[in-house]
Amino acid sequence: MPNGIALDKQGRMKNRAAMTDTTLLLTITIVVFFILYISAVLFLGGGFAKPQNFLNILNNNASLIVLSCGMSIVMITGGIDISVGAVTCLVCMTCAVNLEQQGGSMVTALLIGLGIGLAFGLVQGYLVAYLEIQPFIVSLAGMFFAKGMTTIVSKEPVRVTNEGFLAVKDARIIVPGLGANNKLGQYIPAYVEVGVIIALLTVVLLFCLLRWTRLGRGFYAVGGNSQSANMLGINVRRTKFLAHILCSLLAGVGGILYFLHVGSGDVANGAGDEMNAIASSIIGGTLLTGGVGNVAGTFFGVMSLNTIKRIVSSLGFDEAWWSNITVAAMLCLFLVIQSVVLLRKNTSKQ
Amino acid sequence: MQEGAVLEMQGICKYFPGVRALQDVDFTLREGEIHALMGENGAGKSTLIKVLTGVYPKDGGEVHIKGVEGAVVIRSPQDAQNAGISTVYQEITLCPNLSVAENIFIGRTKGNLTNWRAMNKRTGEILGSLGIPAAPQQQLGTCSIAVQQMVAIARAVDMECKVLILDEPTSSLDDQEVQKLFGLMRDLRTKGVGIIFVTHFLEQVYEVCDRITVLRDGQLVGEYVIEDLPRVQLVSKMLGKELDDMADIKGESGGVAISKEGAPVLEAEGLCSSAGIKPFGFSIRKGEVNGFTGLLGSGRSECVRAIFGADRVTGGTVKMEGKSVKIKKPLDAMKQGIGYLPEDRKGDGIVGDLSVRENIILAYQVMKGFFRPISRAQAEAFADNYIELLEIKTASADTPIKSLSGGNQQKCILARWLLTDPKYLILDEPTRGIDIGTKIEIQKLVLRLAEKGTSVTFISSEIDEMLRTCSRLLVMRDRKLVGELTGEDLTQAKIMATIAGGDKE
Amino acid sequence: MKTLVKDPETKVKRPDDPLFKRLTRQQLFIPIAALVLLVLFNLIADPTFFAISIKENSMGNPVLSGNIISVLDNASELVMLAIGMTLVTASSGGQDISVGATMAIAGSVILRMVCGGQVTADTMQMPLILAVLTGIVVSMIFGAFNGILVAYFKIQPMVATLIMFTAGRSIAAWINNNQLPIINDLSFKYAGTFLPGIPVPTPIFITVFVILAFWLVLKFTTLGLYTQSVGINSNSSRLNGLDPKLIKLLTYVILGVCVAIAGFVRVSRSGSINYSRIAENIEMDAILAVALGGNALGGGKFNIYGSILGAYVIQFLTTTLYKYDVPSTALPAYKAVVVILLVVLSAPVVREKLANMKKAPAKAAKEVS
Repeated sequence: MPNGIALDKQGRMKNRAAMTDTTLLLTITIVVFFILYISAVLFLGGGFAKPQNFLNILNNNASLIVLSCGMSIVMITGGIDISVGAVTCLVCMTCAVNLEQQGGSMVTALLIGLGIGLAFGLVQGYLVAYLEIQPFIVSLAGMFFAKGMTTIVSKEPVRVTNEGFLAVKDARIIVPGLGANNKLGQYIPAYVEVGVIIALLTVVLLFCLLRWTRLGRGFYAVGGNSQSANMLGINVRRTKFLAHILCSLLAGVGGILYFLHVGSGDVANGAGDEMNAIASSIIGGTLLTGGVGNVAGTFFGVMSLNTIKRIVSSLGFDEAWWSNITVAAMLCLFLVIQSVVLLRKNTSKQ
Repeated sequence: MQEGAVLEMQGICKYFPGVRALQDVDFTLREGEIHALMGENGAGKSTLIKVLTGVYPKDGGEVHIKGVEGAVVIRSPQDAQNAGISTVYQEITLCPNLSVAENIFIGRTKGNLTNWRAMNKRTGEILGSLGIPAAPQQQLGTCSIAVQQMVAIARAVDMECKVLILDEPTSSLDDQEVQKLFGLMRDLRTKGVGIIFVTHFLEQVYEVCDRITVLRDGQLVGEYVIEDLPRVQLVSKMLGKELDDMADIKGESGGVAISKEGAPVLEAEGLCSSAGIKPFGFSIRKGEVNGFTGLLGSGRSECVRAIFGADRVTGGTVKMEGKSVKIKKPLDAMKQGIGYLPEDRKGDGIVGDLSVRENIILAYQVMKGFFRPISRAQAEAFADNYIELLEIKTASADTPIKSLSGGNQQKCILARWLLTDPKYLILDEPTRGIDIGTKIEIQKLVLRLAEKGTSVTFISSEIDEMLRTCSRLLVMRDRKLVGELTGEDLTQAKIMATIAGGDKE
Repeated sequence: MKTLVKDPETKVKRPDDPLFKRLTRQQLFIPIAALVLLVLFNLIADPTFFAISIKENSMGNPVLSGNIISVLDNASELVMLAIGMTLVTASSGGQDISVGATMAIAGSVILRMVCGGQVTADTMQMPLILAVLTGIVVSMIFGAFNGILVAYFKIQPMVATLIMFTAGRSIAAWINNNQLPIINDLSFKYAGTFLPGIPVPTPIFITVFVILAFWLVLKFTTLGLYTQSVGINSNSSRLNGLDPKLIKLLTYVILGVCVAIAGFVRVSRSGSINYSRIAENIEMDAILAVALGGNALGGGKFNIYGSILGAYVIQFLTTTLYKYDVPSTALPAYKAVVVILLVVLSAPVVREKLANMKKAPAKAAKEVS
């Protein structure tokens, strides 16, 4: 039906040219985040106005930021990876056991974490890309496997006492100028943990990867239409393979960051993080249909999600179930917004 | 390799389960020629091209390319690109979520980093020189299909290729755009590029091509210089039989005019829909065949979709056999005895994975209702009956419809509507992209239906087809009904003049 | 055109196109092969696996007991979910991952009704049928919620149902104010255990009843054709007079009914509920059952009996693993390996490769074993 209509609607089309789906959704996300946070500061005041409160959202979610970025990349290629939460948990547990019971060092723990991520990525990526099995099923099995393996490594929580590790874990990087005076008039400097730096670096690196490299653009092309991408001379299988490797590797990094934050291995670590990561990606403007998304958006997705969780609990709804219902409501809202925006955009095209 | 040849394929074989798609096919493309690849649907044209571009692996034979020693191995579209072969496919093979500029450059840039500014600048130049109305940063999905196709052509042309393959690129372009494309092709020819041109439009072949290779049933029929092969002979080579059928149908066309006196079956007044056509009036008599004509995008499909309720109807009244009716959705129209064969066979017509049988009974079943399923035995009887009646070539009624050739798929859709025993049947481009033999069969069928009292609205891009079948033509321009031609006015020249508009009368 | 007309099955039967290849093309090949493998394994490892004995249950009735009975009994909820999931998959090309959470909601509603809002009740406070019907209606509403998001807002099914997946168990807890109601009325447990005097577990009867109901629905309505048609090409379906959105919604509501019955069976096994544990991970098993049954997870054509068979195979596997003392926490790891093996074997790419290998007779012997 759209045949030939373009010519007489030129003017309108050029106006819209600047706004691709990705930028449109990214803008929505950033605007929503600022509205959320600013209204929290205005109406709830107190805690939200303190910079440290904001930084704590980062401190608590460094791992989730990295996981979500990996999830976004796989989602951009049109896949999904629901094993990331379980891989995080497995990495935590293995690192803890290595440090605590096998006398490993920081370096071995780090290598183990990355190695586990890489291994999951290689297997899942191969199954998805080269054997053409649905990513949902593959990563579902991956999730089962990681969960089971975690309990095989250790059923009991493992608390780490390695001094070198604790030094890194408790290291606080002071953010100048953002401190505040406490009730006694003492100046308490604002700080972030080491993990936050790594997470932010990851976001920046991935942003560049997606924006400027051939591989990054390949992710978008494959997600947009994999058959076309193949015809355009892109190696679709390899691109999907690499996306899954990257995602699982980031899940490994996320696991290490999680470990750095909590300092112990526990079968409950990272539980439900795959859903948080998917939710963050979607709130951040990534479409599960693929081809549209951005890690910058994902970052704001994580922040929005956790800001709203805090708002809800500071409103007095602090029973455990409210947090879940909030996340769900948020997800629902964003899905409907995305759907309405994109549907309207598509119909106005015709 | 032959002197002057840029591409040589020798003894190419390709098998699909149960089908020999290509058998010992030779093909030679010379420098600076436009070479038409012709054949009916299922003759193996697309397969040959997909083998050449690495989409399908070949089961035998060799490919040689100028400047490369020995046989070239092409395992993927990437290999083909590197070997200097660029391709424009019939369906758009671009990514709708990327910008126009990226679609032109992705997958063929050397470096690992994207220089957005340089890319957009270069794209602007290319688009400008080809007169494509799009902005480099625009998301491709927001362009019309025709513009997308032009972008695909721009990409292929910009690749500095030795061989350019155009696989039915013109089916979504209007005349002006086709002329632009031909200009481009002639330009490349002088630069020494070899062009393979696949199309169903004979006029276009004789307008630009130098040589013709004809395939039939996966085998090579022969290679001809265009001057040596008149149209009639080309058609008979493609069909593999002498062509009296064409003459037949012309003889019958006189019989159509008889039905002018019948009572009106459907009358519409001031009809308009969400697809943006201007309100139009329309009526058709019992046993009449009429047609909508006009350029692509002129609104002819939108008109019939409005009648059938396929788009949201925003205004107007419809009377069916004198009684006022409300048609809001396709089911309403079906209950009034209207059938509609859509323009986009793959997207709107067939239900690919379902069997031929299920595809045939679908519309009838929907009309019968949710709680009255057609029994298996009855469904089989219906399907077998129509497979025989319309000579649908299929392994069995249980074969998934998607594995049939285009023409046979179209016949199944026709069977689907014939089974509902419609009073009024709308056929939107029933002959597009199908082979000539089937085209003629469908035209004959339309005339037979009209004789039996069914009213038919027939839409086709090929005016002579419309002339053969219709006794009245409604002409559309810019989404508006601009004229109605009957009787002596039904000539090619008159129609063209009305389509073009102005004061040529 | 002549070459195209040939029947791929009969005309091109090469000498090296043997039974194996044709067998592997069958849709039910994978679940049946898996079942046969499991049965063989158990037969060889310990034939007593199949023994069925008569024991006295806690109520003093003689009942059948044994691994096979336990497989048939415990698979009940999964079978019901797999049926609904198959329809949803076919119509919308995606899966509902909120079934476990919605089971919790349905169970919670039913318990609240029969306990009359008390934490413990010794007798049912209202007729069971009324409570179950309420559970079904509530579950249908949640199904409709998912369906509307999928059909009318065009959100991918897995993402749309992620909402209920995240919130469902919390809603279930909220329905009972986070209390854990317990019903001690024996008649409430009939549905989940045994009817007095009948040695076969009731869930088996309920499952048979549900399967029969669906057989009748598929036979006497056009649900099957419509669902597949919409799943394969919703544009064509619309132009043939169907309402694709309504049909998608309908399949989600039907899944809601299945979920409610499964939830009822599950809570009546124990007469209590643990919101975060009840039917945990069952959505994964249900999706696996659909895939094992040879149904494309991308929608379109479906075979409901394949999914049912798939559900029993999964339960069979679980029971076998338990029997060999695999700790329940490590169970997922073993299941994952089996699942991967199964999907790899059933992947079209792999089947093609296997079939090609059969061409070389020398290699053939190795491949079959």
